[in-house]
Amino acid sequence: MPIYKFTVRFNFQDPRSSALLREARALGFDALQRIMVQDLYFIEGQLAQDDLQQLTLKLLTDPVTQSAAWTELPAPLSAPEVDAVILEVALRPGVTDPVAEQIVRAAHELGFDGVHRAATGSRFQVEGLKVEQVESLAKALLANAVIQHWKIGSIEPSFPEEVESSGTVEIISIRGLSDAELLALSKERRAALDLAEMQAVQNYFIKEQRDPTDVEFETIAQTWSEHCVHKTFKAKIEIGNWVNGNHQSPITNYPATIDSLIRTYLKSATDKINAPWVISAFVDNAGIIDFDDEFEISFKAETHNHPSAVEPFGGANTGVGGVIRDILGVSAKPIANTDVLCFGPQNLDPKSLPEGVLHPRRIQSGVVAGVQDYGNKIGIPTVNGAILYDEGYTANPLVFCGCVGIAPKGLHRKTPQVGDRVIVLGGRTGRDGLRGATFSSMTMDAQTGEVSGASVQIGDPITEKGLIDVIVRARDLRLYNDITDCGAGGLSSAVGEMASTIGCDVDLTSVRLKYPGLAPWEIWLSEAQERMVLAVAPENVDALQKLCDTFDTELTDIGEFTGKGRLIVCYGKTVVVDMDNEFLHDGIPQRQLKAEIREQRIENSKEAPQISNDLISNHLLSLLSSPNIASKASVIRIYDHEVQGGTVVKPLTGIEADAPSDAAVIKPIGTKGTKGIVLSNGINPEYGKRDAYKMAWSVMDEAIRNAVAVGADPQRIAVLDNFCWGDPLRPETLGSLVEACRGCQDAALFYGAPFISGKDSLNNEYLGADGLRHSIPPTLLISAIGIVDDVNQSITMDLKEAGNIIYLVGDFATAQRSVPDVPTITPQVYQALHQAITSGLVRSAHDLSEGGLAVTAAEMCIGGRLGMQLNIEASTLFNEVNGCLLIEITPANVSAFEKQFADLPLQKVGEVITNPTLKISNVEIAVAELVHAFNNPDIL
Amino acid sequence: MKPKALVLQAHGSNRDFDVMDALTLAGADATGIPLNELRMDKTLLSDFNLLVVPGGFSYADALGAGKLLALDLASYFADEISAFVESDKPVIGICNGFQALVKSGILPGKKKEEKRKNESDVTLTFNAEGHFECRWVDLAPVSQTCIWTQGLEENIICPIAHGEGNFQISELFSLSAFIEQDQIALTYVYTNGVPANGHYPTNPNGSLLDIAGICNPQGNVLGLMPHPENHIYQWQHPRHTRGETEGSGLKLFENGVKYASQI
Repeated sequence: MPIYKFTVRFNFQDPRSSALLREARALGFDALQRIMVQDLYFIEGQLAQDDLQQLTLKLLTDPVTQSAAWTELPAPLSAPEVDAVILEVALRPGVTDPVAEQIVRAAHELGFDGVHRAATGSRFQVEGLKVEQVESLAKALLANAVIQHWKIGSIEPSFPEEVESSGTVEIISIRGLSDAELLALSKERRAALDLAEMQAVQNYFIKEQRDPTDVEFETIAQTWSEHCVHKTFKAKIEIGNWVNGNHQSPITNYPATIDSLIRTYLKSATDKINAPWVISAFVDNAGIIDFDDEFEISFKAETHNHPSAVEPFGGANTGVGGVIRDILGVSAKPIANTDVLCFGPQNLDPKSLPEGVLHPRRIQSGVVAGVQDYGNKIGIPTVNGAILYDEGYTANPLVFCGCVGIAPKGLHRKTPQVGDRVIVLGGRTGRDGLRGATFSSMTMDAQTGEVSGASVQIGDPITEKGLIDVIVRARDLRLYNDITDCGAGGLSSAVGEMASTIGCDVDLTSVRLKYPGLAPWEIWLSEAQERMVLAVAPENVDALQKLCDTFDTELTDIGEFTGKGRLIVCYGKTVVVDMDNEFLHDGIPQRQLKAEIREQRIENSKEAPQISNDLISNHLLSLLSSPNIASKASVIRIYDHEVQGGTVVKPLTGIEADAPSDAAVIKPIGTKGTKGIVLSNGINPEYGKRDAYKMAWSVMDEAIRNAVAVGADPQRIAVLDNFCWGDPLRPETLGSLVEACRGCQDAALFYGAPFISGKDSLNNEYLGADGLRHSIPPTLLISAIGIVDDVNQSITMDLKEAGNIIYLVGDFATAQRSVPDVPTITPQVYQALHQAITSGLVRSAHDLSEGGLAVTAAEMCIGGRLGMQLNIEASTLFNEVNGCLLIEITPANVSAFEKQFADLPLQKVGEVITNPTLKISNVEIAVAELVHAFNNPDIL
Repeated sequence: MKPKALVLQAHGSNRDFDVMDALTLAGADATGIPLNELRMDKTLLSDFNLLVVPGGFSYADALGAGKLLALDLASYFADEISAFVESDKPVIGICNGFQALVKSGILPGKKKEEKRKNESDVTLTFNAEGHFECRWVDLAPVSQTCIWTQGLEENIICPIAHGEGNFQISELFSLSAFIEQDQIALTYVYTNGVPANGHYPTNPNGSLLDIAGICNPQGNVLGLMPHPENHIYQWQHPRHTRGETEGSGLKLFENGVKYASQI
């Protein structure tokens, strides 16, 4: 069948071109003069010239702004444009291409039934570079081999081969293998299973008196992957100190061995706190807490680091999609997203990049575009987050995606009934993300990009929007008995978990495929996005089908929950999986690990930097424009933070909406009363490098401090943990993880803030072509969710009125430490502040964090475009402390406020002044200068 | 008896509940109906007094924002919608809904007597800045012909959230007639009411003549990029903690609902 290629160009300067030119120059392509982008559409079908004309006008172009040309492939050799190199890029077969799908659907709607299938691509006209340079530009910026193929000159689309699957199943002879052969097998199939685990598999099949099928082996590898089963956090860990070979034990604050970090430190904290408002912690897809009489709210944060490293857009895109499905997995409607991102330095010299690593600039722009694309299109506001920069993230960026949901109480069901149908909703199944779970459990190497390429996919937010529409209604109609999302491990994990108690029969031939030819194990393991699995009573299937038809969502019945206690998967008549659930879910041997706890640490107390008055101004301004502190507006503004109409405290605030809020407040649409949800986070890799235990305390305090600053009730804050660490098999790496977990427990108990869910991403290490390990700084993200009783009493950080008094609340440490302590008095300080807020005494509040008090004051001035007279010891201006905030109080409320803080650390440190200048002792800095510094990050 | 408002839920609408909330506050009886349900029974449309095409990302903006929803409107509801418009019932398209009304030719629309076929000689293209943008803007209500903006004195303050809101015209388009017919409904202005004159970010997307919203010559169909439905409560105001309360978007909907109840 003929294939036609349409090239669509803008009649005026395409805004994309200038952005590309800027990015390319930043990556060192200085000779580049001009770069023009055009869209390519490939349509295969029997079409007359007039059809092609009509398709161009009605479908492929905007007649007002664009024009197009088409040709039948293979394209005749066109004379090359003067001094221009043509680069064309198209998606690899099987990569999600929603536009192509829409072209076919819409063409048929228009009556062009001759259209068979379509594909899309891009065409770049590059001026000023030689062909070899354009080739490296393609690799560095314009294309990504993981999902695309590119060509200098004219490209042709590649559609998936339409071959029928033989359905062959491979038998893996494992029973006779030696230990060395077992390990070799694990490596060869990228199963990431260690010897003990491989032996457990071997013993099971010796007992079964047969060898496993490839489907069974892959199922076990997925179910037992670090990603799915959190081996390290459940391991038995021997605590010690092996400095110069002589083993020391016990170690202060630790038993000789720890049996499961989760149970010992995280769950136990939640159990001890035993908060009545916690509805579900650690057991479900997301943690759930009480909101009001009618509703409960759920919260979950996940990472999508490894995929984002190799395909930033797709990795972040599917990361957002994944955590949204976790919220759907607790039958809730997603109402807010959060995103915390860690990247390498944006100005990194491209030449110093390790082989196989994308430049941090490219990773950031791709990740941010991926978050934007998914969140905006699916209609969930992105209201809170952070962006951090550190060399340690160059090869391993971190992408934390969080999602909040709301649901009427008592409607979420989690128990499949015998006889229920196994129903798959949403997207179709392809070779997407195969082995993603094991992939994310392995250290990356220079080859990972190619070998695990299939591990990354592009998301399809509109298909997932259909899932939200269907599931929220199906929940209210009580149409299902159990629900879970298809994430890492695909159907094998989702169906496997749901059937883990009662068992099920599944037929893989009934699974709807994106394209034919998948082997049984590929169907079962595929990590195709936008799929949910439900347990539905037979009598409810029709009603669910009707909902699905209304919202253009596909429903597929793939089997039955049987009550036989075994997981049985067939491909037509062939049984490809027949395993005992108990073995699959409890058969994994507990890992035995060693953790090295270092008693002595990096210098714990250092002199505060003596900064002479004339340097204060320069130091403050340079802090304000340093990447980690400076405005993130350029990113925040491309996320929709207003959709759903509930955003009370927005990410940017103040008169000019260019000052950084401490936390977000949202009032969920459809809730009665005045209650709101507070979202904040704490993260500090710099502290992580110095002292993991105290880092955990600090980031916990930061998250809670930020929440309290906008009005959250300190008695009603729940938290999530997300640990991103290196290789836990290295005792010192595991040691710092153990320290962080203990810090989490102690801090959680200290604040009475229970953990309701958590996740870990380990092996964030990179074996460079140089043979050296590149590991990330130990990174713990604490995401906090709190409640504000009256959103009308929410507090923002912008100065409100000249003449108001500025107080410093909290035990302000004058001695600078490498990692600040959390003052013992802190919970009482937050409680008093909350009382003051609910009594309407507080005009503005902003917490002291990176850059210290001076930066806090500066940001408040920026927010209100007002000045501040600050009277504090210059040497303490930049101290980084915990448990402290600056508070603005009207003169009328001074005595009431001070009464609130009787016997608590409180200092009157300044006053709001009309003259827009920040005055510190005898230094004066114009607010305009602060604004300029803050809004112009020195990235390059 | 409350006027009945239909909020058309397309594949990818996402501000449908926001606008239903606004319509309810404005005194309407608002119902969201998925496009596929309306296809099953097109006569449903005539039972309603007001039609809303809400914001979102119908069909993921594939091939241009609103383009494929416009195609649906033309393929499935052309007669029903033009009957609805001719009968002078109020219609509003917000953001993606505006894009769909424009790309289906319902806006800028034609005079009743004009018999020319609708041509898409205006469009909403990519923001001049080259990216999606979410920020609060000030809008001046201009048209007195438009039943939605008629008589509004105060500026409306509300957020935009779009990547393709840049209003442009083809050389075929008669701007003078468009202006004479009072079809410029809303424009981007500074807080003090001074026109943005194309200055970013006051005019956030580079729209010709700072145009944020337009109406048909009849005045009953309004399309706009910004989201007045996201400023109907005081606590939504970006400076509510500074005691600022002005610029509510609710009065726009009150205008439409009031008009609907009189038809």
